[in-house]
Amino acid sequence: MSTAATAGALAAGTAHRAAESPGFLSPTGVEITFLLVGLVTLGAAVVTVTTRQLVHAALWLVVALGGLAVEYLLLTAEFIAWVQVLIYVGSVVVLLLFGLMLTRAPIGRSPDADSGNRWVAFTVAVAAAAALVWVVVDAFRTTWIDLDGAPSGTTEVTGAGLFQHWVLPFEALSVLLLAALVGAIVLSRKANGDSAPGAKDAAGSGPAAGATRARRDQEGAR
Amino acid sequence: MTTTTLAVLVPLLPFLGALAGLLLGRTAPGFARPLAVLPTLASLALAATVAARQGGGAPVDAATELTPTGSVPIELALHIDGFAALTALVVATVATCVQIYSTGYLRDDPRYPSYAALVSLFTSAMLLVVYTGDLMVLLVGWEVMGICSYFLVGHYWETPEARAASLKAFLVTKLGDVPFLIGLFALAADAGSFRLTRILGAVAHGGIDHPTLISLLLLAGVAGKSAQFPLHTWLPDAMAGPTPVSALIHAATMVAAGVYFVARLLPLFEASQAAMTVLAVMAAVTMTGSALAALAQDDIKRVLAYSTIGQLGYMTGALAVADRGAAVFHLLSHGAFKALLFLAAGVIIHAAGTNSLAAMSRMSRLRDRVPDAYWTMTVALLALAAIPPFSGFFSKEAVLGVAEHVVTGHTEHAPAAAGWIVLLAGLITALLTAAYATRLWLLAFRGSGPEAPDHGREPLTMTTVLWVLAVPSLAFGGFAFRVLPDWFDGHDLTPTLTTSVLGTGVALVGGIVTYATWRHTTAHAARVPLGAVAAHPEADAAQVEAEAIASHEPAYGDVAYAADPSDPGRLLLGRLHRHAAVGFHLDAVYSALFVRPVRAGASLVRFLDREVVDTYVRGAGALPRWLGAAVRRAQTGNLQTYVSALLAGTVVLAVAAVLVATGA
Amino acid sequence: MHLAYPAVLAALLFCTGLYGVLARRNAILVLMSVELMLNAVNLNLVAFDAWLSRAAEDTLHSGQALALFTIAIAAAEIGIGLAIVLAVYRNRGTSDIDRLRDTAEGHDPDDPDSDASGRAIPAPAAGEKAEATA
Repeated sequence: MSTAATAGALAAGTAHRAAESPGFLSPTGVEITFLLVGLVTLGAAVVTVTTRQLVHAALWLVVALGGLAVEYLLLTAEFIAWVQVLIYVGSVVVLLLFGLMLTRAPIGRSPDADSGNRWVAFTVAVAAAAALVWVVVDAFRTTWIDLDGAPSGTTEVTGAGLFQHWVLPFEALSVLLLAALVGAIVLSRKANGDSAPGAKDAAGSGPAAGATRARRDQEGAR
Repeated sequence: MTTTTLAVLVPLLPFLGALAGLLLGRTAPGFARPLAVLPTLASLALAATVAARQGGGAPVDAATELTPTGSVPIELALHIDGFAALTALVVATVATCVQIYSTGYLRDDPRYPSYAALVSLFTSAMLLVVYTGDLMVLLVGWEVMGICSYFLVGHYWETPEARAASLKAFLVTKLGDVPFLIGLFALAADAGSFRLTRILGAVAHGGIDHPTLISLLLLAGVAGKSAQFPLHTWLPDAMAGPTPVSALIHAATMVAAGVYFVARLLPLFEASQAAMTVLAVMAAVTMTGSALAALAQDDIKRVLAYSTIGQLGYMTGALAVADRGAAVFHLLSHGAFKALLFLAAGVIIHAAGTNSLAAMSRMSRLRDRVPDAYWTMTVALLALAAIPPFSGFFSKEAVLGVAEHVVTGHTEHAPAAAGWIVLLAGLITALLTAAYATRLWLLAFRGSGPEAPDHGREPLTMTTVLWVLAVPSLAFGGFAFRVLPDWFDGHDLTPTLTTSVLGTGVALVGGIVTYATWRHTTAHAARVPLGAVAAHPEADAAQVEAEAIASHEPAYGDVAYAADPSDPGRLLLGRLHRHAAVGFHLDAVYSALFVRPVRAGASLVRFLDREVVDTYVRGAGALPRWLGAAVRRAQTGNLQTYVSALLAGTVVLAVAAVLVATGA
Repeated sequence: MHLAYPAVLAALLFCTGLYGVLARRNAILVLMSVELMLNAVNLNLVAFDAWLSRAAEDTLHSGQALALFTIAIAAAEIGIGLAIVLAVYRNRGTSDIDRLRDTAEGHDPDDPDSDASGRAIPAPAAGEKAEATA
């Protein structure tokens, strides 16, 4: 139990300072909110991966990602929460919807949305979930996050950290985004000889535009 | 340059010529002819110089050891005595003539460069055999000749006859070479050296423990190479090769190698009375049988082939009565006139468009078409029939004279029985030789019927060579029997009166009887039309010959035989004719003794391999194949299945790791 | 707040995404599931950052920084991924993952009928391929 043991030791250290660890049976308000939003998020995610209507899946994904943004807020990471809303809900989901449309995904119920691999996938997922939940709960059931005190996730704090300690990775990330931009353009250019001009235009601009938008969002985030 | 250096260059030059010819033949065909003729010519000049310097005096001996072998040493040794010097001279002369003749004979042949290179290699190997003083080096030349004869006899490999003949020549000579090799090792083990001089020294001091066994083993190889009974069957079939190759093989190189080898090691054979008797019986059977067979052949070249076997019989006969001087004398004179016979036969085949004597006997004026071949062949046939004063007479009388010496008890080297056998067989063969020589001449040049086709004159390269070779056949014998003893052992080679009268007498009888028979049978010739000629008479000689050989069996029903009632040989031989035509069924015997058992064994092995061994192999392969089929089903190409398996494995591993870490 | 809540939620979201990746047929739905998995990781990062930034000294807010980076990379990933899916769709006429079986045993790459898409887009696709190779 080495992983859990180290984590437990660390937790024991905090617990020592926090003197007493609140029990699960007397949840705080934040916890109740987190739990409810978490349930909604999980439910939306489950619907996303199981619904037979492809466009609905994308819309349920919006719900799930938005729920996660709320969870970030509850965890006092407000900057990340807004970035989440901007990038995921704002651009990624829009991109996915574009993709669905460009690949002529059927609107309405499509009976073959799931492949024949479904039961195997279900088994693997449940097994993985059981294993993960067991380990995580075993390790962190007494760990307490002290959400009070100085704000740790504001734009100011995050920006200071990012530009003081994380400048180099940040710039490297810019290069990565540039590479993704160029890559998306090259991938789209290959299809120039497509017979359907409308499809070509949309396809040619779609991912590239998506990448640029992602980049622009990132710049904006800076 | 020293004599040794010159002697080394003699075999080396044709070898380098062959190497260059093989390398450049494809890229620079223009060099093929000079590369073929010039090295051989140079080596002829060098051989003449060596012979002049050696001059019948003390043998030139030189040796160098390349590397220590740990046991019996193998040395690059030269041993040039009178025999070697003169034999090399004849070999080089004949080879030069053949190379020059070939430039005309195969002038349009696309494979001429490789052909000429192989002839050069062949010559070089024979010269090596002649000059070397070490038996291992001799064996190298011996085997190189074997493989060269395989390639050259199979030169017309488009025809099935040539393919079969080349394989047969190779396999039959190899059949003799296996005991030959064992004999060489036994000899070297007894004498402690492969050097000729040391072996002869050991023989002189009685240092050889098993002379009979070694002699008989060596005789097997000699019989294979020199086409002696019972291993002679490859030689008539080797006629499927081009005529110049036949001349080279028959006159100077391959078949002479066996006789020359025995001549060099004669003291060893003399040490065993049994070996000498075997040699005498072998010679007698060979010469009489081959002479009878020669009388029945239809193919002009096969007649000459059997005559070669017979003349080689004379040489081995001379060796059986322990006189190598006479044997090598006959070897030399035979080399000249047999090369001439073959080359002239090549001209005749080209002119007539056929190799069948039956077809030639139905053509008139063939002799006017090829006057050079006519006159030179007449000379050579007279020499073959041993009519004085042609060279064949003197050399053959030398053999008969020596045999008579032995019979009358003037020598202690050979058993008297051997002398009797050789003498009687020699006289019978003299009669038959004259008979088949006369038959050949009459059928080829005295034919009647429609005129032979006129293709114009033969190339100068082909006719000049004939006259060059005719000179020794005419004049060689008369002075040679006086000069040669100085070069050889010193035995007198002058014909004795008794054998001369007897030999010439029987030869004349044979010739006259054949002529009379021919007068009787020639009337039939007009009544029974027969014959086929080549499809492309205007092509070069090699193609005409290849077509003639290929068409003989379809036209006459057999390679060697033609149902020709006008053939004097048919009347002379009577009921024997059919058997003689097929070489007394020796091929059938070999087929029953060797070919069929080997084939049966091969099919048995094939059955065992296919049905028994392969079953185990297939059985061993079945399990992996099933496993492979099972695993292959997993290769669906569906990525999700792969990833599912991967993640399932990861989960299992992670759970296992956690369980191990917690100690559960 | 108990750390177990976000941790368990992240684990469950991750496994939901896992199920989606393995079970969904449409490549774009698979990309959505991948987004879910990435977000589950992000949640973990944020939660542990919130815990450690108070429990330990000087963490530099590494959890939040990494979460930001992950979000940026995910955006790039979705752009590239969609471009690939579109290229595949244009060439094959389908974006169904389980019909892209070129790596299967016995698959003949020269046989256009071996995959179903060959019939879906006949002539233009062939011409386009020729031009692409030229």
